[in-house]
Amino acid sequence: MAALRQPRTGGLLVLAAIIAVLPFLLPNAYYFDVVILVGINALVVVGLNLLIGYAGQISLGHAGFFGLGAYASAVLPARFDIPPLAALVLGAIGVGLLAVVIGRPILRLKGHYLAVATLGMGLLIFMLLSNEQDLTGGPDGMAVQRLTILGYKLHGVHTWYWIVGGALLTGTWLALNLIDSPTGRALRALHDSEIAAQVNGVDVVRHKLTVFVISAVFASLAGSLSAHYSGFITPNSAGFLHSIELVTMVVLGGMGSTFGGIVGAAVLTALPQFLTVFHEYEHAALGLIMMVCMIYLRDGLLPSLRQRLHWRRS
Amino acid sequence: MTRSFMGLRSVIAGAALIAATVSWAVEAAADIKIGSVLAVTGRASFLGDPEDKTLRMYVERINAAGGLLGQKIELVVYDSAGDAAKARTFATRLIEEDGIIAMVGGSSTGETMAMIPLFEEAKIPFISLAGGIVIIEPVKPYTFKTPHTDRMACQKIYGDMTARGISKIGLISGSGGFGKSMRKQCLSAAKANGIEVLADETYGPKDNDMTPQLTNIRNTAGVQAVLNPGFGQGPAIVTANFKQLSIDVPLYQSHGVASRKYIELAGDASEGVRLPASALLVAENLPDDDPQKSIVVNYKKAYEAKWNEPVSTFGGHAYDGLFILAEAIKRANSLEPGKIRDEIENTKGFMGTAGLVNMSASDHLGLDLTAFRMLEIAKGEWTLVK
Repeated sequence: MAALRQPRTGGLLVLAAIIAVLPFLLPNAYYFDVVILVGINALVVVGLNLLIGYAGQISLGHAGFFGLGAYASAVLPARFDIPPLAALVLGAIGVGLLAVVIGRPILRLKGHYLAVATLGMGLLIFMLLSNEQDLTGGPDGMAVQRLTILGYKLHGVHTWYWIVGGALLTGTWLALNLIDSPTGRALRALHDSEIAAQVNGVDVVRHKLTVFVISAVFASLAGSLSAHYSGFITPNSAGFLHSIELVTMVVLGGMGSTFGGIVGAAVLTALPQFLTVFHEYEHAALGLIMMVCMIYLRDGLLPSLRQRLHWRRS
Repeated sequence: MTRSFMGLRSVIAGAALIAATVSWAVEAAADIKIGSVLAVTGRASFLGDPEDKTLRMYVERINAAGGLLGQKIELVVYDSAGDAAKARTFATRLIEEDGIIAMVGGSSTGETMAMIPLFEEAKIPFISLAGGIVIIEPVKPYTFKTPHTDRMACQKIYGDMTARGISKIGLISGSGGFGKSMRKQCLSAAKANGIEVLADETYGPKDNDMTPQLTNIRNTAGVQAVLNPGFGQGPAIVTANFKQLSIDVPLYQSHGVASRKYIELAGDASEGVRLPASALLVAENLPDDDPQKSIVVNYKKAYEAKWNEPVSTFGGHAYDGLFILAEAIKRANSLEPGKIRDEIENTKGFMGTAGLVNMSASDHLGLDLTAFRMLEIAKGEWTLVK
């Protein structure tokens, strides 16, 4: 029974149950589409939450990694005849390596400086994708081939629902395991105080870099899935606004709460769909709801609500 | 306790708000549902905003006049903020949830390309308002578009150059989406039109001095004219630098600068600059026997009276799309998407703000070069080149 209260088992079971039951409740392909987008964003957010929520490092450039993954899946099969599945893996490896190279120098920075450095990195990737017109199709974007696995073309929202659901479940499981490992504890230690962690023998530089690379690979994989799912990408997916959206999902859902991040991704992806009735006031309404949430639910949606429930019970 | 209570109350209020909006959205059902996804906000809002206003205004007018086939039109517009991924989700929503019978929208080429597969699969006609030639080449059964392509602008400019005896030019283009696309089209269309591009310079969207690039062009022997495809403030700066360097050949701009703003920014330097543009810009100056005059003058007056802002060619694309669709529905005398598609393809002799439209199975744009008017700026005003 106690095991069920643990996020690693209980939370994962709840997530699996939601993913299993949801298809029976969704009336048509549009709802599937929204849920798939939630899943893709959630996958990035689970990775990003490791970096922001656990290691306490900010990144305003994660959409860059997302975009690189997406473009790897688009460009490699179209221009170099590499099979899509291999392109997805190559993209993830490439982004991982890039994160190592970039991460080393910029993770030395802290606070605002780190934010600006990651921001710059994201902008550079965005510029690269929009300027290399012969390769990426420029600002107008390019079409992406369908993903084929063992000769079977993946097609339709139902297939994609299970792929994204499976990816999210696996990603969450990996993230939860990491959090409960010595690495996870080291990360939380350096989140609270880098000096104290260092004094206690935690290799701060290596741990920060590890989690940066892991979160980048999560973003790259989600980018690849998103590219194959939608069949068309533009450099906007790597843009600054998308980076901000991702960070907002982490913060709104709950920093340092893996499931909170998923809730944040779900709310911020689905809410604009409900708010379309406000037509031009849609963005104002979204902003207002977010402000209210951050004022009254300061730790993020899920952690604050859970805290309230516990508090009432005791 | 108070704090916790307030928190809880705000959550409940939020939930109630969401529930209210959902029930709102489910209500209202009309007979003819037409969908649209536009970049109403965001960086591409200069496209989406006038398109949105035009569609709403004319749907209102059509309904006031009794609607189509005796039924009212309900227009469903979603704001993609120029994002292709969002546009795709909204397109799914229009098809699956709203059950539209036709679509007029897609402000940019990226959004349009992301939505095309959905409409083709659902077999619902889609009239795009974006410029890119890839939208209709190759022809896709259910996809149409109303704005002329960049390639046609290049051809129009080359035609005017040839008439003035110019065959060797220098190119200086912006590196934004518009400038890039047009540069590509102009380069590939050059040879067939007997034009040789001797210099090919570019500048960034935020550059504020193009003197070095223009100096390179000036120093290139044999350049008889300079062409500057670009959008926004870049072309105005090129025009000013061009004058400062007193380069003594004609300067051509593209339809990307066809707004008052350009003349204001470039000032005196814009004197004598030529560019291809929609008839909408010179609506009142068109000769009275011009078959397009009444259309563009009426649209311009109606738009400016209703919204109190200058008309733009982008809104005109939405006007054309809506009326091509409305006439196709009338001719089809049916609300079946397949039949409407056939009738859109059969559009012949439709006079819109962009020009005369004659579609066919192999041409889902249907405009020819007469759609563009060659303009010259004289004393700070657009004038028609005879």
